[in-house]
Amino acid sequence: MTDNHSSKNCYHCGLPIPPGSNFTTIINDEPRDMCCPGCLAVAETIVNSGLDTYYKHRTESAGSPEIRSKELPEQLLQELTLYNEPNIQKDFVITKDNLSEASLVIEGITCAACVWLLEHHIQGIPGVEKAHVNLTNHRARITWDKTVTPLSTLLSEIYRIGYQAHPYHPDKEEQLLEQEQKRATRRLGIAGIGMMQTMMIAVALYGGDIQGIENRYVTFMRWASLVIASPVIFYAARPFFLAAWRDLKTKHLTMDVPVSLAIGGAYLASVWATITNSGEVYFDSVTMFTFFLLIGRFLEMKARHRTGRAGNSLLNLLPASALKIVGNDEQLIPVKDLTVGDYVIIRPGHTIPADGIITAGNSSVDESALTGEYLPIRKQIDDKVVGGTINVENPITIKIIQTGNETQLSAIVRLLERAQEEKPHVAKVADKVASYFVTAVLLTAIIVGFSWWLVEPSQAFWITLSVLVVTCPCALSLATPTALTAATGTLRQNGLLITRGHVLESLATATHIVFDKTGTLTQGNLSLQQIVPLTDLSESECIKIAAAIEKHSEHPIAKAFHEKSAELNASNIHNEVGQGLEGSIGNQRYRIGKPDFSSQICSQPQPPLPEISGQWLLLCNENSALAWFRLNDQVRREAQQTIKHLQQLGLTCEMLTGDNSSAVEEVATFLGINNTVSGVSPEQKLSHVKNLQENGAQVVMVGDGINDIPVLAGAQTSIAMGGATDLAKTNADGVLISHDLLRLVDGILLARKTKRIIKQNLFWSLFYNLMALPLAAFGFIAPYMAALGMSASSLVVVSNAMRLNRLKKRKLGPIKHQSETLKTNP
Amino acid sequence: MDIIFLLIPIAIILASCAVWAFFWSVNNGQYDDLDSPAHSILYDDDEALIPDDAKVKKPSPKDKDD
Repeated sequence: MTDNHSSKNCYHCGLPIPPGSNFTTIINDEPRDMCCPGCLAVAETIVNSGLDTYYKHRTESAGSPEIRSKELPEQLLQELTLYNEPNIQKDFVITKDNLSEASLVIEGITCAACVWLLEHHIQGIPGVEKAHVNLTNHRARITWDKTVTPLSTLLSEIYRIGYQAHPYHPDKEEQLLEQEQKRATRRLGIAGIGMMQTMMIAVALYGGDIQGIENRYVTFMRWASLVIASPVIFYAARPFFLAAWRDLKTKHLTMDVPVSLAIGGAYLASVWATITNSGEVYFDSVTMFTFFLLIGRFLEMKARHRTGRAGNSLLNLLPASALKIVGNDEQLIPVKDLTVGDYVIIRPGHTIPADGIITAGNSSVDESALTGEYLPIRKQIDDKVVGGTINVENPITIKIIQTGNETQLSAIVRLLERAQEEKPHVAKVADKVASYFVTAVLLTAIIVGFSWWLVEPSQAFWITLSVLVVTCPCALSLATPTALTAATGTLRQNGLLITRGHVLESLATATHIVFDKTGTLTQGNLSLQQIVPLTDLSESECIKIAAAIEKHSEHPIAKAFHEKSAELNASNIHNEVGQGLEGSIGNQRYRIGKPDFSSQICSQPQPPLPEISGQWLLLCNENSALAWFRLNDQVRREAQQTIKHLQQLGLTCEMLTGDNSSAVEEVATFLGINNTVSGVSPEQKLSHVKNLQENGAQVVMVGDGINDIPVLAGAQTSIAMGGATDLAKTNADGVLISHDLLRLVDGILLARKTKRIIKQNLFWSLFYNLMALPLAAFGFIAPYMAALGMSASSLVVVSNAMRLNRLKKRKLGPIKHQSETLKTNP
Repeated sequence: MDIIFLLIPIAIILASCAVWAFFWSVNNGQYDDLDSPAHSILYDDDEALIPDDAKVKKPSPKDKDD
């Protein structure tokens, strides 16, 4: 089913090079092959502006450029000039004196080399003063002189090197993310500075204990430590206290409770010791503990934010401009100015700006973004069309019935929000241990305190306190975060980005993996699979004729031919909606499309369909039928091995798809998937997964489209493909950035290993605590001993977690090897 | 040793200055992108600045003749 021709991949975007194409350019002194004119144009622009070092430094392939032709289409350029208007610019451009500063969001950034390329290319444009691109949130700030270069030129230059720029309108959610990041950085800074200062004083105090020190100095230094440690406790450690308070209210004990207990208890005890000038102070331990925990939290938050460009994703799906009918004129206006009742013309290939009803013309509409169905759907007068979908064949006029928040796209987003609320919680090992642990520690402390109070009341307070401090769950609370951080980092380097904390634990316990079909198990677009010539014309000549005619259409079927070299020129193109195309090359008329449509022009009867099932197109001239073309959505190369591995690991694989054509069965048999549900809507997908979950299954959902978003949000664990829509990516718990399904297998293996390591870590830290507890309870433990024990147990835990960095390759070695042998022997 | 009564308060004041400067830089957006600066140093176009005899490149055919 998969072709083996694609031994070579495009130098620019890494996609396979289709056979028969020839797009080559010289990069770094060597000829490099590209897959399409779009990549070629981008690569040439990069080389011509002297930025070819980009190819040396990049660590990821570039994304495939949106524009697949050599020149930017006229329509795009026109749309970009809209951004030159001052009343549109006022949202995202600030002008001061002669210079303006624009905030943009750039799509297509894959690694740090992209940032370098963008910054250098933009800075090379005349009039540009400064360009700064942020790798984390893909935002660009460009300072330039409006009078020298209009904004539209800057935007089109960004398109020319293979990225897409949109104006940046921060929405609420995005502002919240930004605030969260800043707050977390400030907390980390306070804890770090505070830790260093108290540590310095603590060294003096410990030294004083050994060598002897005057009491007034001790008192003074304790007060200094108190002053420094207080902001750490009240500002930096606040999130722990708040989370613990929330947990207590909901009666669901997590690690935050013992953590806050330890921090709060040790701090209060130290304050008491400072004021009464008695006992011991633990300011150094408290601040260090807070700082380490905050580092873990910070790394987790950064992973979560990595895909967090939530707000602008909806905006990107909708076009920027629309052709409004005003009287007898057509007027290009920005979409946000559209109101209900406006009439709008949509040309073929354009995105429909808002929900509406067709009032003139008929066409077919590509609704793949909403439904995942890659073949366009026929639409006639009075049919409803949805904003964000693409008009494919003929110009249509629609009357707008819904805009903005009321559109169907927004409805899906609402469904998503509901699904998120109902998402089942994953029971975390550490939290379970924590709740037992907290109860045990509190009970012991009470018993110890009470017993000492009976025996020797003057000692009771200090001994109880030392029990609390010694059992401070430092190692226990480091046990999980360090293992998770190490494993997350390793997976990210291998192309699986984890954005939520629970993913590793739930991947390890997963029982079911549910895949979407289109775009997840398959490539998500039609490609030419087979050609059956019917006359003595060779295959390549038939392709040339077909490509020449199909060049004039934006239909997904036609797009399968676009990457073929089109040497011939066709004229008199006529498009029959839902049937096919007609055109002339030289003096000969040709038709390509549905068999009965094509065979109408030739004198011969329609030839019998070839036996292999699939979508067949017939090419005819006026004399005879020339060739059959079979088109299909190609299954990803690694999909079959992935399913095999997953089944070997004991997981049940399912396929869940909105498609209900015969292709579903075909793909399922090919991949060896037994459970398939086809022809379902986003709501039904969600309820299917919910059903599974209610029956005790631990579900991992893998998907990519807008139609998958609700089910991604509702599944226990969700993974989005790297090519998925931004909205899908931000709502998934993980993203397969490398587009390689096999990484999922790596992920599950590493997740299982992580779980083992976490269990070992919990065992070690509990072991230490149980050893120390009786000693503390009998009053044998001096503070420096407690500190030593705490550090040692923490070190054991951390170095155990580091094994997740080191051993991973050996662990996965045989499996990678196996998959390679599978590849060579299909 | 009485000097610590002066020095420690000075240390605390200096530390709070550092905290203030840190807050200022965070709020100013200087910590927004922690990923790309680490890489950007590698991309500098310093090819032209390296003296010819220090280049660690394969010798071109012309060099061989000399």
